[in-house]
Amino acid sequence: MSGLMRYALQRLLLTIPMVFILLTVIFLVLRVMPGDPVSAMLGGRPVPPEVLQSYRVKMGFDKSLPVQYATYLGGILRGDFGSSTRTSTPVLEELLSRFPATIELALFGLLVAGILGFSTGILAATRADRPVDHGIRIFHIASFAMPLFWLGLMFQVFFAVKLKWLPVAGRLGGQMAFSFEPITGFYMLDAILRWDGKALADIARHLALPSLTLGIALTGLLGRVSRASMLEVLDQDYITTARAKGLSERIVVLRHALRNALIPIVTIFGLQFAALMGGAVLTETVFSWPGIASYLMRAISARDYPAIQGSVVFIALFISLINLIVDLFYSTIDPRVRY
Amino acid sequence: MSESYVTPPIRRSLLADGAVRLIRGITRGRHALRGQTVLKVGVVIVFAFLLMTALTQAWPAITGFHPTQYRDATRLEPPTTTHWMGTDQLQRDVFSRILGGGYASLVVAFAAVAMSMIAGSVLGWISGYTGGWLDRGLSLTMDAIYSFPSMILAIVLVAMFGSGIGPMIWAVGFVYIPTYFRVTRAEALQVRETTYVEAIKAVGAGRTRIILRHVAPNTVNAIMAVSSFNLADAILTVAALSFLGFGLPPPAPDWGFDIQNGQKYLQSGSWWMITFPGLMIITLSLGFGLIGEGISDLLNPRRRRKHV
Repeated sequence: MSGLMRYALQRLLLTIPMVFILLTVIFLVLRVMPGDPVSAMLGGRPVPPEVLQSYRVKMGFDKSLPVQYATYLGGILRGDFGSSTRTSTPVLEELLSRFPATIELALFGLLVAGILGFSTGILAATRADRPVDHGIRIFHIASFAMPLFWLGLMFQVFFAVKLKWLPVAGRLGGQMAFSFEPITGFYMLDAILRWDGKALADIARHLALPSLTLGIALTGLLGRVSRASMLEVLDQDYITTARAKGLSERIVVLRHALRNALIPIVTIFGLQFAALMGGAVLTETVFSWPGIASYLMRAISARDYPAIQGSVVFIALFISLINLIVDLFYSTIDPRVRY
Repeated sequence: MSESYVTPPIRRSLLADGAVRLIRGITRGRHALRGQTVLKVGVVIVFAFLLMTALTQAWPAITGFHPTQYRDATRLEPPTTTHWMGTDQLQRDVFSRILGGGYASLVVAFAAVAMSMIAGSVLGWISGYTGGWLDRGLSLTMDAIYSFPSMILAIVLVAMFGSGIGPMIWAVGFVYIPTYFRVTRAEALQVRETTYVEAIKAVGAGRTRIILRHVAPNTVNAIMAVSSFNLADAILTVAALSFLGFGLPPPAPDWGFDIQNGQKYLQSGSWWMITFPGLMIITLSLGFGLIGEGISDLLNPRRRRKHV
């Protein structure tokens, strides 16, 4: 077995207790914390105790905690996330059908953050302590301090309401929402597969503001790491050597410094997926984006207990998977990493 | 020589000890503050917000308009000389509302950060110093919580607890525990291996004493730096929770909630109801962020040029 394979297997085995603990924490938070889920589900209205009891039996809350825990874990292992009390459809089915929308948004958000953060960070590093650098650093810090939902709303006010360049919300506009038939659920991909230029343009226009919002919120961190990493590399002796040889600054930065500066940037990039999912909740709410985060929000406002739990477990599993992939990806970026 | 040897009062309380250190640190640190513009700007911003919130709590109608009373004004009026930031759909003055709208954010942010700081640090000290299975179990649990999106966790928790200031404190406070745990555990691990800890152990000091008098003080710097960034983040989290409707019940002024309210009138172009509360959130969060930058620069001068 090769080193990478062995490491992958080891890492996979380590993921199991991690996921297990996360599932347990979720269970404890949702079941043991104050507040009765059944009366919460019924909206806190005065309900006859018999009715309350019948709901409790139906949802399995009359059993002891260990039994509930075992049922919960058993269900997840079998891929059974329960059924929504609001729509009575299986939660997992609903989540899977909405998942592509969230991923599409997250990927484009990551793309925006990557391009903006990386380019501004490198630019600031090569112009360290000059006005450009100061300006970019203020932009990075401001991007940290900005409430994401507010940024989204400001974009809506400016680009959608005032200038009317882009749609306010949703994934598809007007007629298109009825005529377009998705294949994979990733609309950009679907439009290309169907060779439908009009749909592609409409999808891109709808995707622009949400992904820009999500992306800018993450730009600050990426930009700062890029700047710091680049500065670190530019301080190295081999860069001085390259300059002393008479190479142009362009070649020094692009050919010699960039590759080594990339390693920490990629690390941070991968770790942003959790923040991205958190940001997606707000972005999806602001832009009425039909993803899993907006499903979770609707489940919360309807006190749809199985749906809340299912969404949280789903997100937890997904994040664990992403972290595993990112970890394995390092070796291809940094040849010094050997497993 | 006199007949008796007077023993000095050895059991100074931890609190008094801490106070003395703090004062000494401030007076000694004065020259270090020279040129710390970033830190100063941050402190000024945060103090201005604290003062503003205190004043509006005492006199809500400090601008001449009451934030929760309907006025004899046009509804949804754009900014004018009377209503600097316009009015909302209930004819209330937006400027008066944003001045007082930070109350919940500040209370929740400070209380939640204090809660997670105490819980996270104590667990971190114990875990890092003790080691063994306890450390492994706690670390794994904290890592698991840490890997989960904090925003989603906070939303789910507050939805379980109910809405308002109390539930928000619990929810936000819980979410940040791993942040402090990780920092203090890492420091505790280092302190445990030092010679002076070995020495005091040889003298016979107990575990509690070592943790409180030797491990804990060594983690204070790291906690300080983390907590200001944490406050900046907490302000945004609280704003998001209020925006989603888990904050103060109306008609109390609240930035996040006011933005949600303004969202309904966005299509008609009423930009002022959204813009101004948002600018307040940014400024306050920026203030805490700048303090964090400043503290990190003070603690690690090597960092100063790179501004990591």
